[in-house]
Amino acid sequence: MSEQVFTNCTNAGPVSVYVKDGKVTRMRPLVADEKDFKSWTIEAGGKKYSPPKKFAVAPYVHADRRRLYSEERIKYPMKRVDFDPNGERNPQNRGKSPYERISWDEALDIVTSEIKRVKDTYGGSAISGMTSSHHNWGIVGYKMGPFARFMNLLEFTPVLDNPDSWEGWHWGATHTYGFFWRLGMPEQYDLLEDSLKNAEMIVLWSNDPDTTRGTYTGQDSVLWRQWLKEKGVKMVFIDPFHNYTAGVMEGKWLAPRIGTDTALAMSIAHVWITEDIYDKEYVKERTVGFDEFKKYVLGETDGQPKTPEWAEEESGIKARVIRALAREWAAKRTILSGGARGGEGGACRQAYGTEWARMMVLLQGMQGLGKPGRTIWGTTMGAPSETTTWFPAYADLQGRVSTASIAKSIPINPTKQRLYRLTLPDAVLDPPVSWYGEGFCGQSLEQQFTHFEYPMEGYSEIKLFYRYGGSFIGTMSDTSKWVRMYQSPKLEFVVNQDIWFNSETRMADIILPACTNFERDDVGEWGACGGYTCHASSGCNYRIVVRQQKCLEPMWESKSDFEIFSLISDRLGIKEKFTDGKTELEWVKAFFDSSDLPEQVSWEEFNKKGYHIINIPDDYKSTPSLRWFAEGRDCDTPDTNNPKRGTLQGKELGTYSGKIEFVSESLKAHFPDDEERPVSPHYLPSWEGHHSDIYEKYPLQLLSPHPRFTFHCHYDKHTDWLDDIPIHRVKKDGYAWWPARLHPEDAKLRGIQNNDIVRLYNDRASVLCIAVVTERVRLGVIHSYASSAKYDPLTPGDADSPDRGGCVNMLTPSRMLSKNVPGMTPNSCLIEIEKWEG
Amino acid sequence: MSRYSILIDVNKCNGCYNCFLSCRDEYYGNEYPGYSAAQPLNDQFWMQVAEIERGEYPKPKISYIAKPCMHCESAPCIDAAKDGAVYRRDDGIVMIDPVKAKGQEAIVNACPYRVIFWNSELQLPQKCTMCAHRLDEGEKQPRCVESCPTGALVFGDLDDQNSEIAKLSKSLDVESLHPEFGTDSLVKYVGIPKRFVAGEVVFAGKEGECAPGVKVTLTGGGLNLETVTDIFGDFEFERLEKNESYTVAVSVDGYAAKEVSFVMRKDVNLGEVVLDPK
Repeated sequence: MSEQVFTNCTNAGPVSVYVKDGKVTRMRPLVADEKDFKSWTIEAGGKKYSPPKKFAVAPYVHADRRRLYSEERIKYPMKRVDFDPNGERNPQNRGKSPYERISWDEALDIVTSEIKRVKDTYGGSAISGMTSSHHNWGIVGYKMGPFARFMNLLEFTPVLDNPDSWEGWHWGATHTYGFFWRLGMPEQYDLLEDSLKNAEMIVLWSNDPDTTRGTYTGQDSVLWRQWLKEKGVKMVFIDPFHNYTAGVMEGKWLAPRIGTDTALAMSIAHVWITEDIYDKEYVKERTVGFDEFKKYVLGETDGQPKTPEWAEEESGIKARVIRALAREWAAKRTILSGGARGGEGGACRQAYGTEWARMMVLLQGMQGLGKPGRTIWGTTMGAPSETTTWFPAYADLQGRVSTASIAKSIPINPTKQRLYRLTLPDAVLDPPVSWYGEGFCGQSLEQQFTHFEYPMEGYSEIKLFYRYGGSFIGTMSDTSKWVRMYQSPKLEFVVNQDIWFNSETRMADIILPACTNFERDDVGEWGACGGYTCHASSGCNYRIVVRQQKCLEPMWESKSDFEIFSLISDRLGIKEKFTDGKTELEWVKAFFDSSDLPEQVSWEEFNKKGYHIINIPDDYKSTPSLRWFAEGRDCDTPDTNNPKRGTLQGKELGTYSGKIEFVSESLKAHFPDDEERPVSPHYLPSWEGHHSDIYEKYPLQLLSPHPRFTFHCHYDKHTDWLDDIPIHRVKKDGYAWWPARLHPEDAKLRGIQNNDIVRLYNDRASVLCIAVVTERVRLGVIHSYASSAKYDPLTPGDADSPDRGGCVNMLTPSRMLSKNVPGMTPNSCLIEIEKWEG
Repeated sequence: MSRYSILIDVNKCNGCYNCFLSCRDEYYGNEYPGYSAAQPLNDQFWMQVAEIERGEYPKPKISYIAKPCMHCESAPCIDAAKDGAVYRRDDGIVMIDPVKAKGQEAIVNACPYRVIFWNSELQLPQKCTMCAHRLDEGEKQPRCVESCPTGALVFGDLDDQNSEIAKLSKSLDVESLHPEFGTDSLVKYVGIPKRFVAGEVVFAGKEGECAPGVKVTLTGGGLNLETVTDIFGDFEFERLEKNESYTVAVSVDGYAAKEVSFVMRKDVNLGEVVLDPK
């Protein structure tokens, strides 16, 4: 058989898939006809900047072939050997007992009868289930599609996601400048042009875009930063770790003690106020509450002026350096880059992370946020991009199999009960649990103040747990709790449906093998999220919608998620309701038909050619983000979800006052007396930091950011080529260990040498890593990425066992940002480290 | 005739390992008869990347050196091979014949760059072919170059004066990774890290203020360089020579001048250079 080339897309770039004799032989960044590209050009400083006609995908995409054929693939349906649905279930052996291969018929019969039993006995609310994000790509197969549609039919109890990567921006910055419809991140339109034309300095504060890559947009933006470097734009990196972007950009590195970024920010404001170097006109016209904020900064309310000397005590950054930075920031057009999407960053994923995120907005508020070169920009989005052509993305209601109106019927889940991801183990083990906030609060500020309690009156506690696609042991907090949860007899039945064995897979009673997006039909636009992150594909140099062609038949006995749910639905007598009478390919076509693409390309051509590039028009008009606000004009960006856009309040931000709020009116209205998220931001020392009692016992701070060579827990363990990248894992004695980076002085003090196996520990857990001794972390900080996919306890099934897979999240606290802010805090984590003698 | 080469700009490399991974995707388990046998799972790095960390906290520097076969014009591997098992194509690419080279471990050991790997199962030396099989099919670039997001890898014909690589080779300060090996490598580099010295000028009695714009000079090794401190009072001299002796001198009105001498046994961070008032 001759070679065939298919098109497909991953969570970090489009690919051409070469298949010979039914076997994939290579995957290249999608090879498109040069004629299909029309490059944009930005003119700045007498130079023209234009991207090459190619797709710069993320590293791990080049290893997708290996992941496809991974030994870690779940090949057959399986049952835990000591699970008997009609007898002893032995939940205490989850994570410990082995599995036996069973037939699809047997597996489907067990799953179906358990669903019926639980639903008949306790009601639909006793069924719950959870997904991870983006172990594959394509809107038809995405978790919000088939999984949600199926679960809604069962009337399940949904588990609300926490905004895990940008907690402080979601729960804090929204009360300062709105953008709740972007979950706290600012719009990023045309900010590449703004920065090339106007920026003189960029402060990357808790931001490593070369590592986190705009989430799904691969490496297209790497070149933009290179342009800025070559142009001589000064870069400052504020991060306890000398991160990978700092490595390639160089510039000034400031390494504050973890938990003190807010103090640093306060002292910058102090310099600006006392030296009278801020934009007073802007503060007067575009903000509210400055006087009260000013009093706090000057120490008039608490007796402590927030001087650089005071901040030096807290952060370890020299007062003179703070002064120099503050003055330069005020004197030069300075962009603040507070995370890959403008917001995000490890500084917002810790105790009181709301305060830091609010300060990021307020600092730029003092320097004219939205004026040329005075913006908040993550450096990973905001290329010139055509935004009028609509193609559905996974977070659009119209981009989901579960909610799109192209369906004949949309199942509505009547169950009002909710769980929350961060408290799920507690909810099972020790109910009741309660929290404020409806997970992703993209509809209104008030959603953050909604109170939830589980179990909810009139509903059942959950008895059946359906886990799908991924694992949280390496990504959530204090995660040995998840092991304890699974071993609870309260979970009568656990299913895990996945493509690869993940950390939670072996906690299930029945395991169902799903296939990858290379083994089924789908469609997806690269980098596009839609919904609360609309126009995210401006992080790519070209918008490209990919017809994700089925490249090979599902391998072994795997099936597409859609088919698995169809088969269960069939046994439950609701097949038609689930499929809506459509095959996967028919869903693909229906989404295509519902989009604007048919105006540009026929289905036949798109289906055959496999992709369509949406180029910018000749008369493209740049509308830099927030320029409208700075200039007192109506919002002119394409930020469609901005509820005030196009109304009489079109000049306003999404805050109650419509302005930047130094004193938050939404917090004042709902939580006026909250000292942990006060109406005007304060510096509050971390509840697990250098002022804590346990600091003496555990004097090292763990910094666990998003990883460089894996996406969440996807790719890592399932793609062993990555084990040959020593930044990712280091091979020693036949095992690929997760690196923990530490300062030479910290290593010396503990007799640790480079490449030693070390135990990271505190009262919550023990995790074994390999020591990387480096000058790139500040004293007292251990840097080890989150997102190990390998949970490998020395004693399987024992939640207290040391893990040698590198799931450092087991060490992190489950305490939330603050009492009314239910966000995760992995970077407020004290540990000790020692050489592991085995 | 042509001379295919890869020009590697270390200054542009962000260490993403795309080159290593795309190379492995091309060759792992894939045999290209006449060009190369399949690459095994372990221990072969036809395009390897080395992370180089230099300097001291809080002024470290990171560089990455991508290292394929150098396709030397005086290739020791060709000399070490019997029966013409290693040969240079007309386009300059050095190839190992996957049939003739069987059993010839001497080919591996001949390479001073250590970029030839022994496949113990096939008893075969293996290495980068610059994706010759792809070029012969009409592709424009090897996989590693295609996947590079920054343009740190540039592929082309050095003998084609209009090619980007020929132009860059003229305009940039191009060097071999190890000129001392004397193998005339076709693969060339820009920005191979050398030694650097960094420091921060501080005025005694004025520790709360940085010392910007202060003149700093460096002498030694035939150099006589001058710079001024930046807004943070920081200064740096890059591209200095290993084991050379240097002197950094700082002078500014109103303060006693200061000199620090050192030998570049490693990258040097002088830390705070405190100037006392006159």
